[in-house]
Amino acid sequence: MSTMRVTGATLPDGSGVDLFVENGVFVPTAPKGSTRIIDASGLIALPGLVDLHTHLREPGFEHSETVLSGGRAAAIGGFTAVFAMANTMPVQDTAGVVEQVQSLGERHGYVTVRPIGAVTAGLAGEQLSEIGAMATSRAQVRVFSDDGLCVSDALLMRRALEYVKTFGGVVAQHSQEPRLTIGAQMNEGALSSELGLTGWPAVAEESIIARDVLLAEHVGARLHVCHISTAGSVDVIRWAKARGIKVTAEVTPHHLLLTEDLAASYDSRFKVNPPLRRDEDVLMLREALADGTIDIVATDHAPHPVEAKDCAWGEAANGMVGLESALSVVQTAVVDTGLIGWSDVARVLSSKPAEIGLLDGYATPFTPGSPANFTLYDPTASREFGVGDLRGKSANSPYLGRTLPGRVITTVHNGYPTVIDGELLDSAIVAESAEAHRG
Amino acid sequence: MRHLLSTKDLTRDAAIALLDTAEDMADVADREVKKLPTLRGKTVVNLFFEDSTRTRVSFEVAAKRLSADVITFSAKGSSVSKGESLKDTAQTLAAMGADAVVIRHSASGAPRVLADSGWIDAGIVNAGDGTHEHPTQALLDAFTIRKRLHGAASRGRDLDGVTVTIVGDILHSRVARSNLWLLTALGAHVNFVAPATLLPVSTEGWPVELSYDLDEAVDAGPDVIMMLRIQGERMNAAFFPNAREYSRQWGLDDERVARLPAASIVMHPGPMNRGLEISAGAADSPRSAVLEQVANGVSTRMAVLYHLLSGAVEL
Repeated sequence: MSTMRVTGATLPDGSGVDLFVENGVFVPTAPKGSTRIIDASGLIALPGLVDLHTHLREPGFEHSETVLSGGRAAAIGGFTAVFAMANTMPVQDTAGVVEQVQSLGERHGYVTVRPIGAVTAGLAGEQLSEIGAMATSRAQVRVFSDDGLCVSDALLMRRALEYVKTFGGVVAQHSQEPRLTIGAQMNEGALSSELGLTGWPAVAEESIIARDVLLAEHVGARLHVCHISTAGSVDVIRWAKARGIKVTAEVTPHHLLLTEDLAASYDSRFKVNPPLRRDEDVLMLREALADGTIDIVATDHAPHPVEAKDCAWGEAANGMVGLESALSVVQTAVVDTGLIGWSDVARVLSSKPAEIGLLDGYATPFTPGSPANFTLYDPTASREFGVGDLRGKSANSPYLGRTLPGRVITTVHNGYPTVIDGELLDSAIVAESAEAHRG
Repeated sequence: MRHLLSTKDLTRDAAIALLDTAEDMADVADREVKKLPTLRGKTVVNLFFEDSTRTRVSFEVAAKRLSADVITFSAKGSSVSKGESLKDTAQTLAAMGADAVVIRHSASGAPRVLADSGWIDAGIVNAGDGTHEHPTQALLDAFTIRKRLHGAASRGRDLDGVTVTIVGDILHSRVARSNLWLLTALGAHVNFVAPATLLPVSTEGWPVELSYDLDEAVDAGPDVIMMLRIQGERMNAAFFPNAREYSRQWGLDDERVARLPAASIVMHPGPMNRGLEISAGAADSPRSAVLEQVANGVSTRMAVLYHLLSGAVEL
């Protein structure tokens, strides 16, 4: 069993500390015997990052990503837990599939993998999937989402909110009114008109969020809103929270940094759903994250093979990879701009997403007895982000060629390292550590 | 000129130079031997992912009159229709040594992707991409307007102060976009007239005036009125109730055309829906420049290929 001593780390609140790890948890004093010593001077120790919105693509789309490759991408980005979206093939809509994904995560060990269950069978939007079976399975599913597709039928959404409540879970909605977004390619506005790309109007997102918060209020259920992208959505969420509705909201790193102007190149790396929006949306999303209207940052890591992007914009797949770059993008968008500090980063990228997803072990990071999930981050580093910085199977990153701050130096999951000196540990070693941890 | 992807990239001077070259090319059409040796040994590929007999034939004639070798890839009966990607097709054409690729594609921006991709080194001409642009249509329209207004004295002239009203499905029209940028660069004033459903939701920053009322636009006496083709499927998508109502409100019928000044030019990029957006009387009236547009298409496209491939003066 690995023991660890981390010297000279700076915690998110700015205090300096030595950290001790034994048997997968933090301990108050230095463990006896031989210990791995990690010099963390100059580095920030953040609690292990938790991504509530990852597409791991396995089963079914292993040419884009697998639980293993996605876990490696997550670890190098400082994550120790990811929630895997349900749009696999077969869809994660039965106990069997979610248990398979869960166990793949356990075996590979880079991160804790928490499968998300589909709200509707086959993501078809017609009838509820076996939510109870998934909730009571070995995977203990608590988050349910048809992400990629909106649960657009109002009655079905109402039932989903009620039924998921029965099992103590939450529905994570992909808010997109389908009729208003037929063939949609980018944010609707003067630029979409000029480029001749069918518009994805802000109202298609905002109207669904407005409906859903009212439904959540009516049935007394908890709602999580995925990847909000517009200033108007922030207004709706703010109104709902003020009214006491149990709603949480996430924003992606790319919606905190990138704008629709990038579509003018027709470079499909910038094609994503919901689309990149205007400057004023980006600024409002940053503010809302800072003031707590938006609860968390989640990556919507969406790997695609080369051929899905090497084509005309209209033919390209939606989505960007984001696990490897998330922390750097958050730093440049909201930390370096003075909007939030590192303790806020710890909240929006770790404790709060864990709380929304009912994932244990992240509520009191760094305290004795808590699972040793953390990452050591060098915020003074700077790098031109390139394909070499990616560790998943796909290279559809919008940041290639862009200079980004910060670098993950070490990641520790359940007390064993997954990243040391800025590089991933070999997968066999990590799998062995994971097995030893499970006992 | 390396590529012709959008009229937005053309300055006033570049546009005038292209139109002047087109004048020279038009003279060739009046000769007994309608052919120039200029592009002998060059290969022009017409890559049509979307059917368009008129545009394809126009480009074919243009390239042949310049003595280029012309290869036409059209969607039907080629690997293009079997799901071969833009990338594979482009790399195939590059391997065959194409000097210019004239591309028509249903996806907006496909010509730009081709030009930026590094898959092929050839000059790219946008022959219509999705709902984005159709630059050679705008050039031939500008040429036609200038010719009508200035006749043999056209060379060197711009369209300063000319009013052009474009009517119809602006939202989906690549012709409207290309014309807006080009005609404005040449000094013209452009108006768009359409029901609100067929106008872009935002045209912030565009040099255009919008109106819903065709009668007002007609009574303003524009120098040019350009009618756009209405696609039948727009009705099903609730852009307007039915063809009769569209025609009543936004069709250029005999009564409206009669109210136009005698010198007004009636244009249509074709193919026309006679009786829907334009009446037969309007299409065949002396004001109509529809057939001149077709003829001028060849000279204009010759000018574009010439500037792309001959190493002629930089634009």
